[in-house]
Amino acid sequence: MTSAAGSVPGALGHDGGRRSLKHRLADRGVDRVLLLVVPGTLFLILLFVYPFLYGLQLSFAPEGGGGPLANYQTFFSDPYLRDTIGTTLSLGVPAALLNVLVSVPIAYRMRGRFRGKRTLTTLLVVPIALGTVLTAEGLIEYLGPSGWLNKFLRDFNLVDQPVLLVHNYWGVFFSLVITGFPFAFLLVLSYLSGIDPNLERAASVMGAGWAQRFRRITFPLLVPGLAITFCLSFVLAFSVFPSANLVGDPSGSTRVISIAAYHAAFEQFDYSMGSTISMIMGAVMLAIIALVLGWRSTLFRGPAGGKG
Amino acid sequence: MRDRSFSELRLDRIGRNFGEQAALSELSLTIRGGEFIALLGPSGCGKSTALNCLAGLLPLSSGSIWLDDRRIDGLPPEQRGFGMVFQNYALFPHMTVRDNVAFGLKMRKTPGPELRRRVDEAMALVRLEDQAEKLPAQLSGGQQQRVAIARAVVYEPPLVLMDEPLSNLDAQLRLAMRTEIRRLHQTLGLTTIYVTHDQEEALSMADRLVVLREGVVQQVGTPDDVYAHPVNRYVAGFMGYRNMLEFDLESATAETAVLASKDVRLSGMTFGPIEAKRAVAAIRPEDIVVNGPGPNRLQVTAEVVEYHGREILVLARLPAGEALYIRTEERCVAGDSIVVAVPPERVLIYPADAPAAPTEAIV
Amino acid sequence: MAAAMNAPATIAEPTRKRRFRPSSIGGWVVWGLVLFFFLNLAALISTVVLDSFATTWFGSWVPDGFTTHWYGDAWAEFNLFDVLTVTAQVAIAVVVISALIGVPAAYALARRNFPGKPLVTLLFLLPILIPPITYGIPLATVLYKVHLAGSIFGVIVANLVPTVPFVVLVMIPFVEQIDSKIDAAARMCGAGTTTIFFRILGPLLIPGILAAAILVLVRTVGMFELTFLTSGPTSSTLVVVLYDAVFGAGIRAPQEVDAMAVVYTGSMLLLLVIALRFVNPTQLVTRVGER
Repeated sequence: MTSAAGSVPGALGHDGGRRSLKHRLADRGVDRVLLLVVPGTLFLILLFVYPFLYGLQLSFAPEGGGGPLANYQTFFSDPYLRDTIGTTLSLGVPAALLNVLVSVPIAYRMRGRFRGKRTLTTLLVVPIALGTVLTAEGLIEYLGPSGWLNKFLRDFNLVDQPVLLVHNYWGVFFSLVITGFPFAFLLVLSYLSGIDPNLERAASVMGAGWAQRFRRITFPLLVPGLAITFCLSFVLAFSVFPSANLVGDPSGSTRVISIAAYHAAFEQFDYSMGSTISMIMGAVMLAIIALVLGWRSTLFRGPAGGKG
Repeated sequence: MRDRSFSELRLDRIGRNFGEQAALSELSLTIRGGEFIALLGPSGCGKSTALNCLAGLLPLSSGSIWLDDRRIDGLPPEQRGFGMVFQNYALFPHMTVRDNVAFGLKMRKTPGPELRRRVDEAMALVRLEDQAEKLPAQLSGGQQQRVAIARAVVYEPPLVLMDEPLSNLDAQLRLAMRTEIRRLHQTLGLTTIYVTHDQEEALSMADRLVVLREGVVQQVGTPDDVYAHPVNRYVAGFMGYRNMLEFDLESATAETAVLASKDVRLSGMTFGPIEAKRAVAAIRPEDIVVNGPGPNRLQVTAEVVEYHGREILVLARLPAGEALYIRTEERCVAGDSIVVAVPPERVLIYPADAPAAPTEAIV
Repeated sequence: MAAAMNAPATIAEPTRKRRFRPSSIGGWVVWGLVLFFFLNLAALISTVVLDSFATTWFGSWVPDGFTTHWYGDAWAEFNLFDVLTVTAQVAIAVVVISALIGVPAAYALARRNFPGKPLVTLLFLLPILIPPITYGIPLATVLYKVHLAGSIFGVIVANLVPTVPFVVLVMIPFVEQIDSKIDAAARMCGAGTTTIFFRILGPLLIPGILAAAILVLVRTVGMFELTFLTSGPTSSTLVVVLYDAVFGAGIRAPQEVDAMAVVYTGSMLLLLVIALRFVNPTQLVTRVGER
């Protein structure tokens, strides 16, 4: 029954070489099915990778001349531009931190099953779905000098003058919290729910009270997920744009980096500078994320799951 | 402070409801210090619920739990001082084996040198000294199991609770670990409550068994008691009385009864008066003797023969078609006509309408 | 037994109940925080809604009077009919095209392991992880260069960039759920690839495609940055028109803007209600966290 394949008369014929290539390719996962992924890949290369590369190249070709790094030098030497990094960070980092850290005790209480959990998660999705524009508009009226909050504070004699909470840092900050908190909370909740409940039960049987359980078991297993949540929340907050305009002070204290990029590209029509600022924006985000993920890699990151 | 052992753990009619349903009702049991008790039953019978209530992970809906004179059912788990081994081990994935085992001692603020010594002892007891610095994910299932056990016994709790600890292991490992756990119990003498659905496990490890059905205790007794004298059809089905033959009840006295059909007549033992018209004869396959003596003679035809080494297992048919499982060393082949007999003391008769165990053979 | 029960014994008081209604301060604080959040959120939305029905409202708890004429004004002033039409056109186009491109790609990625797959997977992940404003400006620059931006086609193309990967990411688990041996069984019975797609896989994937379509719809109607950067005066979606109105508010009465905001909110909430019948809330927020 055994015979060398090549010695079987006529069976393979002159197709022998081509067929084996097709089979070899199929072994490595390359066959006609791959054609299905080509349109999507091409689309993204054309409309995502290419614009990025184009923008990168454009950032090195400044409108006013002066060498490839002229735009970057301009950015970092002009305080009006350079300070946008600091402004955006001063909004993004605290907002993301707050969203993540406040989510922890709330999600801790709500992990596992309880009545109304679905209602709660549904309600939390509302601000995200409504979006930043509506939130900003609502904040202007609600937190404005003649809005309900100030009216409440003044009627109860808690303040004499209306508290300025819109068209400044605070308006944008609240906007970031309202749209960012549900996102962070849902993520933290899913990370917490992924921790095997039996781990805490085992710890409690062995004598650990709730603080010990949280400190030694839950929190160490949660921190890697918190790092990811922070990264995602930070990216969302750092890229703030409409609220910084609507409920912030876009030419002053909340001139964030996205506004600077937009202004350069579509108001000054300096596309090169616009791309430069976008690149810097991306780079700053990347740097912070790299820092956080680097720290995260020093932690235990294995699975903590199980349904128990 | 070392946990001292106690003389008596008393469960006084403990019950636990989930909404309308009673997962556990009126379980009363007195456990002496040092005993190994097995809670046996299929899933949903309430055995895990009982264990969790004992641990304090679930509150009682009714009843109370007493440790000598102290009532403990109001205490949260961290104050009861028991040890527990979970079905999925629940090892802390971010801690080494050593840190896992040391956890209970750490919670008791055991001083450093003593802690290290006791952890080393516990790991030596389960023969895992070489794995001390590994993480749980790097261990095999059996090794993880042993870490879980070491972790539960290292602080010598007055009571060790085990929730089906062997069910995730493969058959061979399970047998080996069974002996391990038994050996540990003999060495340490810690009172143990062990939950399982496997009757072989329960019989081989326990000093006493508690058989549960839908939250209600069916029988409490030594393995011998329960094995030889199951009080009802359910327990019998669980204990390997694989043949449940249903016939009309011809006559019954206080302790014996006779069942009869067109071609069969069986006399056996009862556990109380039987009111029903139909009754079930529970017979172990290994109690049936080929060509045996006695009043309970049956003519059967062998249908399927399974080889089991020294013995064979025969699925035979009675004249009217009922199935009879026989374990014997005698050889026969499918199609043979054979005569078998069962001693009357090994035929247990129960009312036919009694609830059956889920493990009864499907014929 | 009875004697022992009546004997004096120490009864330990329960120190803490697990898994119950909050019986500790921590529990109440947590619920308080959650309530505070929702109260403010409700107030936010209510202010806008109330104002849209107000004749005049300045500094009092409730408006001075109520009217609905702002809605008529807003409808005419902002050409809301045209705007809603454009929004619908953009959203539906984006849903259909991203499904056509994304579903087959998800199938290929779920079923095959090919050299370079990690790279391709990364390519599909990036547009979802990177915020739209970051890649939007270079993207808009390119679209202006090719004269696509400013028209509805530019808006559609720009919105497709995050939604195609999104569809892929949502669909991959759905495809993986279908046992690959089903394809094999169909082939053994003689079916070719097109037959398999339309008669076997297609029907099985419908729930997933539906879920993905709804998620894309909600996200596109709510997508601000990309549309803002690429739209022209006649190709803006509702959210962008709303932004322009708020930002450029001056001569217009704020109540008109609020009326439009309520129209926007109403549409979004309607979409949400429909969406939540098919997907669970967490999927609306992120697909990435669920690994």
